[in-house]
Order: sequence, then structure tokens, then C-alpha cells
Amino acid sequence: MTKVLNWLFPHPLMTVILAVVWVMLQNKVSAGMVVFGLILGIIIPRATAVWWPDRPKAIVTAKFVVYCIIVVWDIIVANIEVAWIVLTKPNSKLRPIWVEVPLDLRQPEAITLLAGTITLTPGTVSADLSNEGRSLLVHALDAADADAVRDEIKHRYERRLKEIFE
Amino acid sequence: MTLELFAVYATLFLLSVGAVFTLVAAIGLVKLNDPMTRLHAPTKAATVGIGAFLLASMSHSFALGQGSFHELLVLAFLFVTAPISANFIAKVNLHKRACDMPDAPKHDEMWSTLDVPESDRKIATEKNGPATG
Repeated sequence: MTKVLNWLFPHPLMTVILAVVWVMLQNKVSAGMVVFGLILGIIIPRATAVWWPDRPKAIVTAKFVVYCIIVVWDIIVANIEVAWIVLTKPNSKLRPIWVEVPLDLRQPEAITLLAGTITLTPGTVSADLSNEGRSLLVHALDAADADAVRDEIKHRYERRLKEIFE
Repeated sequence: MTLELFAVYATLFLLSVGAVFTLVAAIGLVKLNDPMTRLHAPTKAATVGIGAFLLASMSHSFALGQGSFHELLVLAFLFVTAPISANFIAKVNLHKRACDMPDAPKHDEMWSTLDVPESDRKIATEKNGPATG
């Protein structure tokens, strides 16, 4: 039974997301569209499973939702901060620096999420990965101390992502 | 009726917020003077600016009684793809050595953008100046 379920739903969360996206594209909820969305949600992950062999087996969905809420909040705060810096600080007073973040995360999906989060939040853009994938290069718009930026990224985002993906 | 009025005011508020943040992003693009710092203004201010515009469009459509969820999808895809374009621009800056170069990573040999094949390293150095980091 579990074997059949695993075969049908190689990625249960993706099935749900595809169904929800389909219903949202239709702009109205009807039984037929939900069923069709679920059919798409079963066929697409099944058909593409071959090209995604080392996908994360399971993520802690509750923690992921909390993470998303934290990130959205941070994005709003970050925007106000960056807007303030852009409007009030003269260019000569900006202190842009490179920050190297050593990575504890190993899964590519987790690192991608971390890099995306860093780019969307307070005054930081993720620029590059080291050639063996053990450090992330981050550019900060205005920071006094590279270590403080690194510690905040590690504590606020990477720790949570580690809990989500393990 | 009251709900409709509320939706209209919400639309008004969201449109103003979106306009302010988009304007700040544009000002930042002009004001900041270094390729890497310039990257910060549009990637951030624009996400909330466009986000607010999309939410305004949603509340407007609900005020007219034709609710629409397409904007939420646009928002989701925007938030997934925006960091990638920023990352590409940052990589181009590194590749062309258009900005201050970062130090080499502590744990690995070098940053992957600068990790060109051995045979091409000489060409890259001649074209763009010595590789640091």
C-alpha cells in the first residue's frame, strides 16, 4: 500500500501546490477544477521524478510556514530600512562589504532557499557560492561589522532551514 | 456598502505604498554609484512596491465584486524569481571584475564564478585584470 502511495505521490506537497495553483488560475473553486488540478498534481510530479533524483524526502511543513511568515515580515522591514538608507545616507557614508557565510546546509534546495531569502531581506544580496559549495558570498549594502551580518544570517535563517530539511 | 468603501480605501493605501517604494527603487538606481550597491535598490524596494500594486489590484477586484486570485500567483512567482535575476547580475559584476573583489573563501579554493578552467585562466586575466579571490 505504501509502495503504491509512494509511486503515485513521489512528492505529496508538490501535488497539493500544483492543485492549488491550478484552482487559483481558474479564479473560481469548482469540484471539476479541483479534480483536474489533482490529476495534474499526480501526473506532473510522476513524469518529472526522473529528473529530480536527490530531492529532499520530506520537509517539516509547519516550520516552513513559520519560516515564510518570518521572511515576509523581514522583507517589509528590510524595504523600509533600505528605502531610508537610499533616501538619507550620502554615498560616501555607505559601508558596503562582502560577507562570507560558511554553510552547514548541504542540500542544494536548502542552499537555494537560503540564498533567495538573503537577497530578499535586509540590505543583503547573495552573490556567489564557493567552488565546493561550502561558503556563500553575500554583499551587504551598509554594515559596520561583517561578523554580525554573518551571525544573524546563520542564526535567523540557516538554523531554521536546517530544522526544516532534516 | 461599508465593505466596498473599506476595499476602496485599502486600494488607495496600497497604491500609494507601491508608488512610494517604486519611486525609492528608481531614485536608488540613479543615486548609488557602485554596481554592487546599485543592485540593492531595485531588488528590495521593487519587490514590496510591486507586491503592494498587486494587492491593490486584488482589493480593487473584490470591491467590484469580481474577486481574483491571479495576483497571489504573480506575487509568489515574483518572490521566487527576483533573487535569481539579482544573483545573475551580481555574478556578472564578479565575472567582469566591475566591483571591489571579495577575499577568497576560507573553506574552499575560490568563488565559483571565478573558477574558470585552467586553460582559460590566462585569457580571463588578460581581459579583466588579475584574478583576486
